[in-house]
Amino acid sequence: MRVMANVCMVMNLDKCIGCHTCSVTCKQTWTNRPGAEYMYFNNVETKPGLGYPRRYEDQGQWKGGWELDRKGRLRLKGGSRLRRLLSIFYNPDLPTIEDYHEPYTYDYARLITAPAGTQAPSVSTRSALTGREMNPTWGANWEDDLAGAPQRALGDPNIEAMAEKVVLDFESVFMFYLPRICEHCLNPSCVASCPSGAMYKRQEDGIVLVDQDRCRGWRFCVSGCPYKKVYFNHRTGKAEKCTFCFPRIEAGLPTVCSETCVGRLRYLGLMLYDADAVAGAAATPDPQDLYEAQLSVFLDPHDPAVAAEAERQGVPHDWVLAARRSPAYSLIARHRVALPLHPEFRTMPMVWYIPPLSPVADVTAAVGYDDADPAAVFATIDALRVPVEYLANLFTAGKVEPVRASLQKLAVLRAMMRAQQLGVPFRPGAALGGLSDADAEDLFRLLAIGRYEDRYVVPPAHAEDAGRLLAQHSLSGCSLESEGGPGMGGDGPPDGFHLARRDRQGRLHLALSPGGRPAPRGPSVEGNE
Amino acid sequence: MSGASGASVPQLFLWVILPYVTLAIFVVGHIWRYRYDQFGWTSRSTELQEKKLLKWGSPVFHYGTFAAIAGHVIGILVPERWTRDIGIPEAAYRWFSASAGTLAAVLVIGGVAVLAARRIFVTRVRATTSPVDWVALVLLAVVIVMGIIETVGVNLLGSGYDYRQSVSLWFRGLFVGNPDVRAIAHAPIIYQLHAACAWAVLGVWPFSRLVHAWSYPVWYLWRPFVVYRSRVATRPNEPGTSGRRWRKIGVRY
Repeated sequence: MRVMANVCMVMNLDKCIGCHTCSVTCKQTWTNRPGAEYMYFNNVETKPGLGYPRRYEDQGQWKGGWELDRKGRLRLKGGSRLRRLLSIFYNPDLPTIEDYHEPYTYDYARLITAPAGTQAPSVSTRSALTGREMNPTWGANWEDDLAGAPQRALGDPNIEAMAEKVVLDFESVFMFYLPRICEHCLNPSCVASCPSGAMYKRQEDGIVLVDQDRCRGWRFCVSGCPYKKVYFNHRTGKAEKCTFCFPRIEAGLPTVCSETCVGRLRYLGLMLYDADAVAGAAATPDPQDLYEAQLSVFLDPHDPAVAAEAERQGVPHDWVLAARRSPAYSLIARHRVALPLHPEFRTMPMVWYIPPLSPVADVTAAVGYDDADPAAVFATIDALRVPVEYLANLFTAGKVEPVRASLQKLAVLRAMMRAQQLGVPFRPGAALGGLSDADAEDLFRLLAIGRYEDRYVVPPAHAEDAGRLLAQHSLSGCSLESEGGPGMGGDGPPDGFHLARRDRQGRLHLALSPGGRPAPRGPSVEGNE
Repeated sequence: MSGASGASVPQLFLWVILPYVTLAIFVVGHIWRYRYDQFGWTSRSTELQEKKLLKWGSPVFHYGTFAAIAGHVIGILVPERWTRDIGIPEAAYRWFSASAGTLAAVLVIGGVAVLAARRIFVTRVRATTSPVDWVALVLLAVVIVMGIIETVGVNLLGSGYDYRQSVSLWFRGLFVGNPDVRAIAHAPIIYQLHAACAWAVLGVWPFSRLVHAWSYPVWYLWRPFVVYRSRVATRPNEPGTSGRRWRKIGVRY
């Protein structure tokens, strides 16, 4: 058993209002640079919809992720290593900019330079690739709130895979938002696809990064990632991806997307897992068993044997304690309300989702919380507007039982708390999803109260490692600080993004100051300045 | 320097000074760029911008180039004596050289035609090309066109020219410090142009996108799939650079 820790995010889709604040703040932090215009380390998709890039979930087309060969062994869906080397001059599975959208800006100068006249001057769109005028025909949010859904939403691969016929007429239409970041998988196919060895998974916290200095622009990470969360910078010729805001995580702070989430729907915590069991679990024959297989890889930090073994193998003591308080562990393993996104890609993703307990389609079934008949809650689940089968295609490779179980738990929780508030008796009994009072209390604490310190349990990287960590940044591709990044004194946000430094007493100093200059700071422990 | 005796100053410049200077630039330039510009060291692929033409142009050009490089090794680096000693008659060598060379030439020129058209006429691709890349690509195009005239025009269709008795002697002489200037100086002008431009390409190579040629990731075949990295101490920044690397080479960031 090899115990490793991985930072993990859980998103409660019930709470997402689709405001895109996470996308905006992420973009402002990481990808507001030339060459990165079309990159969204975090984006929010309206489901059903084609997604970004278009139809990225259809691995029959894009060949991302892993598959099993005839002998049941795991191999990259994009073909053998040799095939990759031979097709290095032309990657057949790479999306083009058309599959994302041609990035554009506006000719703002015209607002000032336009000759005086009676009409307000208007600005035209300019392609960020060529500088020429262009007409945008697609974008990251083109399908926002089901825009164009009657024409296109049925092309959503999750709908195509449904047995039940979906009709998107006005009465039966459904939608919810799906915020997406890099999954920081336990079995990352992007890392396995990179011929240069520039991509890596950090041993300490599992964050998957691109070494900007070692990337040679062969682009197989882009096609290898089934979530299409590695992007190719068209100016620098290097791959970039979501960094899980590692400078913040190391300082014990939540990621920017989590911190700024208006709906407070994101949870961050550690998951301990057995690294030796990952490959075996990812090779589970039936894709519908992959959800359970991934659960079996996770280790229970409350188990004294696991904790002892973790510390023996170098996981710091406070990290083990943090893993016990991890909201991710509670939601994923204890309560089993969170589910992975597309486990059938076999990458063992580490960003999980609590399915949306959407409005009920049938108003009469809304009386699900009937005190006299608690079991009516079950009927409610199947009358939900979002078809359970659709959610199952997203989260469990089509297996409806785990999705139904999760939704039932959430519904029962609501009924219980409602009864408590109104002072009416509510005895769910053993039939109702096995939700004990203690479990309900814990779920209520996490989902309804959701205090900051309960949502984000991020143990800081160790002070004694700080100097070495910061030295690693400069070589491992903090995209802010790389050549041409805004941190290099270009046209971006402040220099000196090293968010936190510790002084000799181990106190934390935040070094982010307005005006682009690093704040004055005391003696630092790192040795490379 | 017996081979250089009796050579004029322009001949000395073209066939002794230029090769050694560009070789020095080639070696030192690569070391320098590798140390200072890891971030700029990339294939600078434009597949994201344009894919349909690249699908044909790029593989055909690259594999054709491999064939052409192999042909140069056989024809220029391997002495004529060796092929004669293993029993290959001159006529057979000539026939192989002309026909295999023509095959490679067709691949290379076909690929180059597609890639050049793509680079010139597809606006998105053209916008990514830096000045130093233009220089390298134009020089490369000249070298290729001259090489094809030699292979197809002279050796396949024309009367043929035994470059192994002249150009090869001079070229190999460069590496033992005794280049035969007269041999190359009396070769047909096409061969002279081809050689001179080839040296110029080597001179700009380290500063252009051509550096990606040295990064063909063969070791990927043996590497474990998932790479883990631990937090390890790394080298500090180069003194005086404050972490910046050279900005002027390669692409405009």
